[in-house]
Amino acid sequence: MIRAIEFYVDMIFVTAKAWILDLLSRFLPDWMVVLASITISGVVILCMGPIIMMYLTLLERKLIGRIQNRYGPNRVGKWGLLQPIADGIKMFTKEDIVPANADKIVHLLAPIVIVVPALMVFLVVPFGERMTAVNLNIGLLYFIAISSVTVLPIFMGSWASRNKYSLLGGMRTAAQMISYEIPMTLAVVPAIMMSQSLSTNTIVLAQAGDYDLHWFIFTPWGIVGFIVFFLCATAECNRPPFDLPEAESELVAGFHTEYSGMKFALFYMAEYMNTFTLCGIAATLFLGGWQGPFFPSWLWFFGKTFVLICVMIWFRGTFPRFRVDHLMGFAWKFLLPLTLVNILLTALWQFTSNLAAWFWSILVLGISLWTLVKLNRTFVPEKRHYPLES
Amino acid sequence: MPILEIAVKFGTYAVMAGILIFALGVVTLRNLFHCALCLAAALIGTAVIYVVLQAEYLAAIQILLYAGAVVTLIIFAIMLTEHLAETTIRQNNSQSPLAITGLLGLVALLTVLILRTPWPVTQTALKAKVSVMGLGKALMGTYAFPFEVISIILIAALIGTVVIAKKDDPEERL
Repeated sequence: MIRAIEFYVDMIFVTAKAWILDLLSRFLPDWMVVLASITISGVVILCMGPIIMMYLTLLERKLIGRIQNRYGPNRVGKWGLLQPIADGIKMFTKEDIVPANADKIVHLLAPIVIVVPALMVFLVVPFGERMTAVNLNIGLLYFIAISSVTVLPIFMGSWASRNKYSLLGGMRTAAQMISYEIPMTLAVVPAIMMSQSLSTNTIVLAQAGDYDLHWFIFTPWGIVGFIVFFLCATAECNRPPFDLPEAESELVAGFHTEYSGMKFALFYMAEYMNTFTLCGIAATLFLGGWQGPFFPSWLWFFGKTFVLICVMIWFRGTFPRFRVDHLMGFAWKFLLPLTLVNILLTALWQFTSNLAAWFWSILVLGISLWTLVKLNRTFVPEKRHYPLES
Repeated sequence: MPILEIAVKFGTYAVMAGILIFALGVVTLRNLFHCALCLAAALIGTAVIYVVLQAEYLAAIQILLYAGAVVTLIIFAIMLTEHLAETTIRQNNSQSPLAITGLLGLVALLTVLILRTPWPVTQTALKAKVSVMGLGKALMGTYAFPFEVISIILIAALIGTVVIAKKDDPEERL
């Protein structure tokens, strides 16, 4: 009985969609039903993206407020719950200012284009059992490919503004995103190797086991891969401590300095949606996606994702910003070699027995971490003393 | 579902037309940055064509490598030059007629080759699909040697770049 209820709650969204399609198929031709099936998934995603973004801003402001020992928004609605709507109205009614010398068309296109990849990646995120919008067999590759396009609209916006701060922000973005994309892609490889598939659904299924707790993060290569992926994800969506592209104390607001009103809101929206999808994919790859005991699958997925988002907000409240050269060095000199070692380690793990595998992987990881830290030691010049002449 | 198929067909032709327009933009626009953006659009359009031809893997790689990496690199290069804000760049010079002749020759050659090749269009060939797993097995099995050779060439290029970009040793010059 409990099993049946669990199953029903688990499948509640899937059943709802099937029920609507069944209803439609009674008085619509076949091809319309196919279109309707696509439309339902599409509309759900198109509504979910902005709504998640709205409430992420509230969550972030609340949490940051608590971290900084203040309340955060609490005047609009109960616990400030209507604050995102008030923000939205403010954004809509703001004057849209375009700089006189700006490249008008590209300036207009940039914020529109940036939302497209941010929404497109939602397609392959497995929100729950049988709740992937499109189960592509190259899902993960699709995700990486689409999210790599995000650099272009940021660049368009920064260039079209004809503002030196925007341009500097744009150049920093390009350098940062290209650099962090490489360790991010390589950090994913172990998960692909162990599940032998690029499909996000299959990767989640590969992490099923006793009590559905056979997650990749409980292995040495999994935890390294997860940490590297999560750090790179933070860098990819330009969040602190990797927020150099929009460092407000140096560049005014970076690439979106010259944007106001709804155009600015679109940049903001893309950033928050990217945060959500990247955290969702991190949960999918290493934290078992929707796998987990007792609770319905979609609850597990959203729970894990929001825990990761809270960690990102916690980062923002805690860490100071990177310096540009440290940022680059961290990606190229530390994360990249570590991911390569991790890929070798995964192969080792596959071909050795359980206890020996643990021993060898911890040994290899320890040695490589120690070496990398030693090699990356910052140069500290010897302290000089100038005795006062008496 | 003939209606959906017709829609896909029209969409494909529209994308093809778009690719051609953007490709024309790459070689005629007078602003270097606009040219780069047109190139990105044309490359993404090509990826869409791959999707229609059921080569999803190729499409993803096309977007990842060309739109994601190559175009970004081109734009980055433009940002570092003085052509950043210029709106007037000549897209042709005295070598244009020669280049057009060469290009027309290439097009003619390709047309002849395409027309002469007996394309094996059968029902089984149309439904054949290259899976990612098959691709991986081919790269690691049958084509292991060319794969390794390409990796060595790429590493050589990488090391070469580092050597070229390295700062000259000031003492070496003396």
